Amino acid sequence: MGNGTGIGRVRGLGSAKHGAHHWLAQRYTAVGNLLLVLWLLFSLVSLPGLDHESVVTWVAQPLVAVPLMLMIVSIFWHLRLGMQVMLEDYVHDKGLAFLSILLLNFYAIGGAAAGIFAIAKIAFMGAAD
Amino acid sequence: MARSKSRPLSPHLTIWKWGPHMAISILHRVTGNGLATAGALGLVWWLMAAASGPDAYATFVACATHPLGYLVMIGLSWFFFQHMTSGLRHFVLDMGAGYELATNKRWSLIVPVISTALTIAFWLFIFGKTV
Repeated sequence: MGNGTGIGRVRGLGSAKHGAHHWLAQRYTAVGNLLLVLWLLFSLVSLPGLDHESVVTWVAQPLVAVPLMLMIVSIFWHLRLGMQVMLEDYVHDKGLAFLSILLLNFYAIGGAAAGIFAIAKIAFMGAAD
Repeated sequence: MARSKSRPLSPHLTIWKWGPHMAISILHRVTGNGLATAGALGLVWWLMAAASGPDAYATFVACATHPLGYLVMIGLSWFFFQHMTSGLRHFVLDMGAGYELATNKRWSLIVPVISTALTIAFWLFIFGKTV
């Protein structure tokens, strides 16, 4: 423990040797979620309708598809970090803790991949099915 | 976790008088994990249904506009606004502000009022448009 700056004292520490990275990433993605989810909610209530045609036409626009993809990344990254903390607090058995984090990673990365694929398909193929 | 039973744990959860900040803290975790599971799955289901075509989308809409679907969506919207306002409170606390007892209690009481008001405004706007 040196007498350096605050960041210098926490860098590389903690059980995962990643210092404050987890904490900071949770905040970065929180800001991302704040902006992007509010944008999604405002957009949804401003759309003329939420039928298939209206939604697909809206999602297919580049300036909608890209922020939607960013929102999916931000949401699933944030939930991965948050659920990790919850599991670390409540799952005490080492084997179960390992398994739960494994499943959480599958869920977060799989869910994000599914969301991004769906947006990409709509953006590249329009209403075609 | 290996722990010697002869050494007492510091009492923490059991000795404090309950305050609103504790409820808000627990609600932050409950709403966060609710959104992380039901909310994220619902969002991906909506996108997947839209990408799969009109039939899959019609199935999603039928479920979402069922009374139970509305209950889930209204619940999730309150979870979102509660997690959002509680998260904004956390940003203030992260900067080292708002720890004075009276201030901390006041904002812990205001947060659920704001989130509930936002939820009501959100759904009044939606139902006002469709009627």
